[in-house]
Amino acid sequence: MSVTALPGARASGLRIGLRAVLIGAVLVLAAMPVLNQLPQDHALHVSDFLVSVTGKWICYAILALSLDLAWGYAGILSLGHGAFFALGGYAMGMHLMRLIGPRGVYGHPVLPDFMVFLGYQELPWYWLGFDSFAFAMLMVLLVPGLVAFVLGWLCFRSRITGVYLSIITQAMTYALMLAFFRNDMGFGGNNGFTDFKELLGMPLSTTAARAALFYASLVALVGCYLLCRWITGTKYGRVLTAIRDAESRVRFLGYGVTRHKLFAFVLSAMMAGLAGALYVPQVGIINPSEFSPGNSIEAVVWVAVGGRGTLVGAVLGAFSVNGLKTWLTSTAPDLWLFVLGGLFVLVTLLLPRGLIGLVQGRGQGGPK
Amino acid sequence: MKRILLLLLLLALALPARAQDAMIEALPGLGGGFGAQATAVERLGALGDPRALPVLRALADGRLLRGADGGLLIREGDQLLDAATGAAVPRPEAEPARININNRVRVALRGALGRLQIVSPDPAERLAAAEGVFRMRSAENLPLLEAALTREAVPRIRERLELALGASRLASEDLEAKRAGIAALGASASPEARAVLLEARAANAALLPEIEAAVAAIDRRLQLRQAAETLFQGLSLGSVLLLAALGLAVTFGVMGVINMAHGEFVMLGAYTTVVVQDLTRDIPWLAPWSLPLAVPAAFLVTALIGAAMERGLIRHLYGRPLETLLLTFGVGMMIQQAVRLTFGAQNREVISPAWMQGTLMLPGDIAVTQNRLWILAFSLVVLALVVAAIRFTRFGLEMRAVTQRRAIASSMGIRTGRVDALTFAFGSGIAGIAGVALSQIDNVSPNLGTGYIIDSFLVVVFGGVGSLAGTLIGAFSLGIINKVLEPWAGAVLAKVFVLVAVMIFIQRRPRGLFPQKGRAAEA
Repeated sequence: MSVTALPGARASGLRIGLRAVLIGAVLVLAAMPVLNQLPQDHALHVSDFLVSVTGKWICYAILALSLDLAWGYAGILSLGHGAFFALGGYAMGMHLMRLIGPRGVYGHPVLPDFMVFLGYQELPWYWLGFDSFAFAMLMVLLVPGLVAFVLGWLCFRSRITGVYLSIITQAMTYALMLAFFRNDMGFGGNNGFTDFKELLGMPLSTTAARAALFYASLVALVGCYLLCRWITGTKYGRVLTAIRDAESRVRFLGYGVTRHKLFAFVLSAMMAGLAGALYVPQVGIINPSEFSPGNSIEAVVWVAVGGRGTLVGAVLGAFSVNGLKTWLTSTAPDLWLFVLGGLFVLVTLLLPRGLIGLVQGRGQGGPK
Repeated sequence: MKRILLLLLLLALALPARAQDAMIEALPGLGGGFGAQATAVERLGALGDPRALPVLRALADGRLLRGADGGLLIREGDQLLDAATGAAVPRPEAEPARININNRVRVALRGALGRLQIVSPDPAERLAAAEGVFRMRSAENLPLLEAALTREAVPRIRERLELALGASRLASEDLEAKRAGIAALGASASPEARAVLLEARAANAALLPEIEAAVAAIDRRLQLRQAAETLFQGLSLGSVLLLAALGLAVTFGVMGVINMAHGEFVMLGAYTTVVVQDLTRDIPWLAPWSLPLAVPAAFLVTALIGAAMERGLIRHLYGRPLETLLLTFGVGMMIQQAVRLTFGAQNREVISPAWMQGTLMLPGDIAVTQNRLWILAFSLVVLALVVAAIRFTRFGLEMRAVTQRRAIASSMGIRTGRVDALTFAFGSGIAGIAGVALSQIDNVSPNLGTGYIIDSFLVVVFGGVGSLAGTLIGAFSLGIINKVLEPWAGAVLAKVFVLVAVMIFIQRRPRGLFPQKGRAAEA
């Protein structure tokens, strides 16, 4: 059962309260780049660091949302969503690399620096078209979507579910990581892409560009949230939830389980790709370590901590776990992995419904 | 001059006693003028007498002295040795004079020393000399090589000498000798011999068919050796996969518990080896046995941690595999960080015992590293022990009973909770043992386990969950497929190919190579 389907008066009160909290949270986030413009000593001044780190968290929240759609609603525990995130990021990175043009260290008119360094004579075919923003954006969605489609189609049609699927997705991201580490792949090897200059004519180092990216991410987050909410509320969404809870039963009732799951998985991968594409220009780098299985599983913890099967929970989890991470890695870096590992144990044993479960109280039921 | 020398050499071959005399006869020349010196050096070089080696070396290093009576002496540290006999002699009253050489003698010395190394007492030097003569490819070396072959006992050096002889014969003028040379080269499996033959094609148009046949024979042998080596590498990788996957085959395959901390148990086993090695380092009679001692130690350590983990955490999540996966991943993360903080993030050194080091040369020049051979054997022993424990012990019987029908087993008086804990401890302990073996071939670092976990799951899924035979076949076939693909796809792409291949395989046979049959399969 999801938040949107809570029965009774208490539920509707919760829903109204939740809506108010959500709108408030979005407004607070939206105000951050504006408050950043206030003078340094102003009481409401928000530091550059906080704005940039929040921008990252918003991208993580989109990733968490996409994972929640797959895991919380369709029961597909993907341990490879970091790969979709990274694929989207790489597509965006390729566009940004093309935009550097002749301003690279080697000053080559077309080839990015690393290709000149590796002795490429011309652009590989799969780099063609990435100089166009529209094409790159299309690829940001299409590439992760296509990978998810192939993988999902292969797995769902042979009814690979549960932990088997999880391990296959983890193997996928591991294989992609190994592949992207290779220099001859044409993706910059282990250095990846960096030294981006501009996007859509805006130099990335300016405050205006960073604010624009921040707002773009926020809009994407709100858009993805609304999309997921709408989807999970439709009949399709109900069937998806039913598949999660009793796949065979739904299949015997005559629903096309494979198609339902495949749609959710592909959509989810596209959202993850979008998150990655928004993330890369904000952090200014993308490299193969984004594919590492640890990243994907960290995203799973965000969703689990927040409360899977609730869209708000996923977002909440992404913000809270990453807030904790940012704080801990600066104050006690050795502790962070203990805390993260402890979160896995805590959430699975004591808080199966996450933070949202605490708010909702006991007895409301959730995904088993 | 050359004729005479050759004649002399032939005589030398026929009559070893006379040959030694020839050496004694040639020796005084070294004390003469530069011309006489060069002649004597060349003569000694061609004689192939091992006793000439120290004398020529001494001459080259300026350690050859002329005594007052004209006899030659070698300065060896504080001692003086007689050049002819090699025996120590008392220091004479008159200081012996150092024998000087000029460039011409130096050039002659270099050639002679190179040839004479072929009879040096040091096998490594003989081998190097044989390679050198092989590269020279000159018919002049024929007598020298034949002399060396009669003396040589080490098979590996004999092989190289025969190659050198073949190559030198091919360079001679005599057609029959050339034929013999081609045959000798063609009987080998050496890429260098192949190159020599290919090069000789231009100069020996008459012998072209023989040469082509010999090259083809070498190619066949090279391919065979390549295949054998790939097979061994594949088996070796397979044994590593088998070790890493065996514990998983018990916890995941038999119990159905997905343990993402499995890799960390392997890593703990490797660190136990390090600790045991550190503890036994100062006890001389125990130190060589640190590795065998580490096996039970690692089993105990990881089994205890596994039992604690099962009782404390996993037991609450039976029937919820996805949660178990996340929980064990978290535990693995904490174990890894704890090890990193205790032992440091850098690699720890594990010293292999002497009996595990070195390379074994199988017939046909197939190189096999000893430690990999040991691990291959070890993995099979561990597999046999696991099978025996499950088949023939009370514990194995109870384990099978619990996994097949928990309720019935419980009603028959089996304490299912205890069996669960023991089974998980057993699987974890095997992971620890795998760590001991892996510490011999991999870097012992906190990340050791992460590299194995995905491969291990692939092996178990590929072979069929719950089937130890499947794990065995799965591990070795994945290992061999990986190594067969590697030469033309590269290590990384080979891995990716295997991954994709397993995924496609699962399409055809979702339950692996050896699916479980009966009711247990439906559970």
